[in-house]
Amino acid sequence: MTTTPRILMCPPDYYGIEYEINPWMSTEVGTDPVESRRQWQALHDTLVDLGVAVELMEPEPGLPDLVFTANAGLVFGDHFLSSRFRHGVRQGESAHFERWACARGFVVESLPPGHNFEGAGDALFCGPTLFAGYRFRSDARSHHWIGERLGVPVLPLELVDPRFYHLDTCFCPLSETAAIYYPGAFDDYGRSVLTGQIGTLIEVSAEEAVSFSCNAVVVGQTVVLNDGAPKLAKALNDLGYRSRPLRLTEFIKAGGSAKCLTLRLDGEEAASWKRSPELALPKLGATG
Amino acid sequence: MPLDDRREAHSTGPDPGVIEEVEVRGHIVDSLLLPKVLDRILQMGGTFEILECTIGARRVDPSHARIAIRADDAASLDQILGDLVEHGATPVNPEDAKVEPADIAGAFPDGFYSTTNQRTQVRINGRWIDVADQEMDCGIVVDPATNSPRCVPMIDVTVGMPIVVGHAGIRVVPTERSREASFFSFMNSGVSSEKPKAAKLIGVAESMRATRAAGKKILLVGGPAIVHTGSAPHVAQLIREGWVQTLFAGNALATHDIEQAIYGTSLGVSLEEGEAIEHGHEHHLRTINTIRRKGGIKAAVDAGLIRSGIMYECIKNGVDVVLAGSVRDDGPLPEVISDAIQAQALMRKSVKDVGFALMIATALHSIATGNLLPAWVKVVCVDINPATVTKLSDRGTFQTVGLVTDVEPFLRSLAGLLCNPSL
Repeated sequence: MTTTPRILMCPPDYYGIEYEINPWMSTEVGTDPVESRRQWQALHDTLVDLGVAVELMEPEPGLPDLVFTANAGLVFGDHFLSSRFRHGVRQGESAHFERWACARGFVVESLPPGHNFEGAGDALFCGPTLFAGYRFRSDARSHHWIGERLGVPVLPLELVDPRFYHLDTCFCPLSETAAIYYPGAFDDYGRSVLTGQIGTLIEVSAEEAVSFSCNAVVVGQTVVLNDGAPKLAKALNDLGYRSRPLRLTEFIKAGGSAKCLTLRLDGEEAASWKRSPELALPKLGATG
Repeated sequence: MPLDDRREAHSTGPDPGVIEEVEVRGHIVDSLLLPKVLDRILQMGGTFEILECTIGARRVDPSHARIAIRADDAASLDQILGDLVEHGATPVNPEDAKVEPADIAGAFPDGFYSTTNQRTQVRINGRWIDVADQEMDCGIVVDPATNSPRCVPMIDVTVGMPIVVGHAGIRVVPTERSREASFFSFMNSGVSSEKPKAAKLIGVAESMRATRAAGKKILLVGGPAIVHTGSAPHVAQLIREGWVQTLFAGNALATHDIEQAIYGTSLGVSLEEGEAIEHGHEHHLRTINTIRRKGGIKAAVDAGLIRSGIMYECIKNGVDVVLAGSVRDDGPLPEVISDAIQAQALMRKSVKDVGFALMIATALHSIATGNLLPAWVKVVCVDINPATVTKLSDRGTFQTVGLVTDVEPFLRSLAGLLCNPSL
């Protein structure tokens, strides 16, 4: 039985580069609002075309990055673990995301104060395991907290290249046993973990990684990603996936692309709990 | 000397430095976070000890490890901790030790922490700090100016001295046996007369070489049987060649040794012929009388009255000598300290920097010295009576290695090995 994929997006009405919190951002360069809207709409329409039910957040003035809904939190069944943004300029987003999640019937929970955690930007299920990036935005200890809270195995991976500051900029699970990744964003430990845990790993080259090709949205057997990654497209094709390249250059200016602009609400294709909903009953373990 | 000996000698005491404990939890095995954290500690110049490690049984079960990290100084430790926190390690924060000012002199406050001879650390202002002057059956005083803890005997307590009470914020770090000299691991099976002596003897000699190479002192605690058995010349040779820096003995060893130097007898028995000589029994008291008339052993050596023997070599070679008296002493010799508390205090002072203690043919002096030594100082006890070694171990000096043998062949062979390595 297949259910309709559901994805949360937020129109880029107030999107722009108003601060610099990663190496991609430059307030001097700025963005083109018309082109941003066009690129965002193209992504939206592509997802709808793929059969996705896209839900829209109300954009908010003063919160330019609200457009990057992947960072809202982590969805696990009917649970929504709200992000705790590292940078003050994004912390105002949480109230809006939480209000939306409550209204949609999610059980909303936050990490304890003092933790940094940036949602699906840094926490991606591949099979039963939650792969979690840390160092630039999320903390390793926050991932441990989540693992205990949800009763799932969590493997924190250190991110070592500031250009790939979220896990979803350098790692994208395709299925429960396959993923794409850019090795240069991880250290030897991280690479060993990924190669040891995931059966099929497609390596993305450095040139294609900087065009945000790992920041992809997987819908069934289709991978929606930034254009400029012909080698990856071929590798995906060999694995039986279709690529849908899109031009999302306006969002790369802020350090995001297709994946960052979406939050999968019914479980990523690669998450085991999507097919076994009983797995997504949080153990609600005691956490310190 | 071989490099191995040097390394071994350096491991005789606790490493200097500061310590902090951290905890890592979660899927630290599959995520390689545990090996990563341990690698980071070493890469940053620290060392670690895994105090506790529980591995989750199923894939979803988290694992847990508690790790003690040691660094050379607080700044290095902070740097390591700062890095490890990034990888999800969290400092374990137990309580600081509780301190109470001494209310009366010469006694601890009720509830004082009673020490062992093992390496101990006290937590002060969130940091584990090694206790100095480690000694069993003491209390711990914390210097208010430097916040450094050290062992203090009951009798030295003064009013207002900050004394550690209770057990919070105190931990004992057992001596790492695996890092000890192979000789000591080889000889860990206790006391028996039915053991091969040669290997043990070589082990003693190697430990003494390593101790001297490490710049530590060798302490000899000797009983009068050394002289009675005709071993004084061997000990004198060891002293002359720099194998003894400190001597603890009583009135008897010194008196018999000097009697031999002056009369060639020990308690009137000729050490050359092995027979009592006429009026020989008087030699003992006449020796004491002569030395007392001269004003002391040193004065007698300076005057040329004593020209050989253990005490002569001690004076000539600047050996730190503590002669502790007893109620049965004749005389005693002027250098003998008849106030037991004063003698104990001097011995306590003299055991600092001792890395190896050789206890020969004396029960009470050996036990008294064992009480003062930290557990990482190697102790070899040589006695014809197995009970002497057992007594020493039973009173807490568990690191003692025993050799049940006649002391003369032992000392002759030891002097032969150390003073003539080619033999």
